[in-house]
Amino acid sequence: MHEWALAEGVVKTAEKFAEDQGMEEITEVKIMIGELQQVEHEIIEFALDQLRTPRMKSAKFVIDAVPARFKCRKCSHEWWLNTGNLDKETGEAIHFVPEMAHVYLTCPNCGSPDFEVTEGRGVWLASIKGRKEE
Amino acid sequence: MSDPRLAIIPDRFDKVKRIIAVSSGKGGVGKSMVAVALALSRRAHNHKVGLLDLDFTSPSTHIILGVEGLYPEEEKGITPPVTQGLSYMSIIHYSTDEPVPLRGVDASNAIIELLAITRWEELDYLIIDMPPGIGDATLDMLRLIPRIEFLVVTTPSRLAYESVKKLLILLKDQNIPTIGVVENMVVEQTGYIKEEIHKIGSRYLGTINHDASVEASIGHPDRLKKTRFYRQVEKMGEGIQVTSPSSSSLSP
Repeated sequence: MHEWALAEGVVKTAEKFAEDQGMEEITEVKIMIGELQQVEHEIIEFALDQLRTPRMKSAKFVIDAVPARFKCRKCSHEWWLNTGNLDKETGEAIHFVPEMAHVYLTCPNCGSPDFEVTEGRGVWLASIKGRKEE
Repeated sequence: MSDPRLAIIPDRFDKVKRIIAVSSGKGGVGKSMVAVALALSRRAHNHKVGLLDLDFTSPSTHIILGVEGLYPEEEKGITPPVTQGLSYMSIIHYSTDEPVPLRGVDASNAIIELLAITRWEELDYLIIDMPPGIGDATLDMLRLIPRIEFLVVTTPSRLAYESVKKLLILLKDQNIPTIGVVENMVVEQTGYIKEEIHKIGSRYLGTINHDASVEASIGHPDRLKKTRFYRQVEKMGEGIQVTSPSSSSLSP
């Protein structure tokens, strides 16, 4: 996902969660970012800062990177993503749609494209902290 | 905890007046041809039209349109490139001509990703070329796209219709608006499909005759526009008028 689109999703999801929970103020949002997508953390931080709602005006955005790990469904081999091995076009395609990994990557042991991304696929919210109305 | 992509998908369609999924229970009935002809003909009538190819394993609309080397622009998400006057989005922008071997959950994730990042401009119609059947893509669209409507394509074959019927029943059970059913590739009209469609309370939109000249028009939109097939789709499309986003019924 593009960084801005992602930041928009994070802010909107956090805002809705806070509203549903009756939170007056959001103090911290923890975001996990899988390395498969090679998201630029600085751009996301900038975008989050620009998109802040009044409820999250002093919230801290904590971003954690999660390494991408794969498991082959055919031979059960497991391996970590090495982003250094991706050429520019492949990296870009996976950046926008991580499932393109199945188009461009294969199991280093048996060559199958039928593998599972067991860790570090996308972007998700791990926690939202805040203060409830009295 | 939570997938942030889901929250923004409905917003991505805010400026789109009608979202029409061209769908079928069965492959090979001409969905992609109908979707492209519908998109081109609505555009030819001066409407703003987008075309989204969601058939990730067998994308075809780029072949029909003769598209090569298009790439979306990045602008706080991505903006679909324009071809033949259509805002055009397909997985081929990223997969090029390579095979896309995706299991269900991965196909679903790829659809969600594409829907979340694509920023559609103001459109009168967004035509979606759906993969066949009632699997992941169809279920995801029912779950994620507000105001989606279905235009269902069948052939005169009972084999095609038996699958189409299942799609129609699913849509009806889920209260999803269905514009109607198009009978494509008709060589000799027997009335069988029309009768069956009426039996289950759906709308029969019309017949599109088998047109041998369509094959040679693939890759050449200008030639496609000169076919009888195109004119018949165009005529059918004239009944699908632009209405406000809150209304999704077929025009009288």
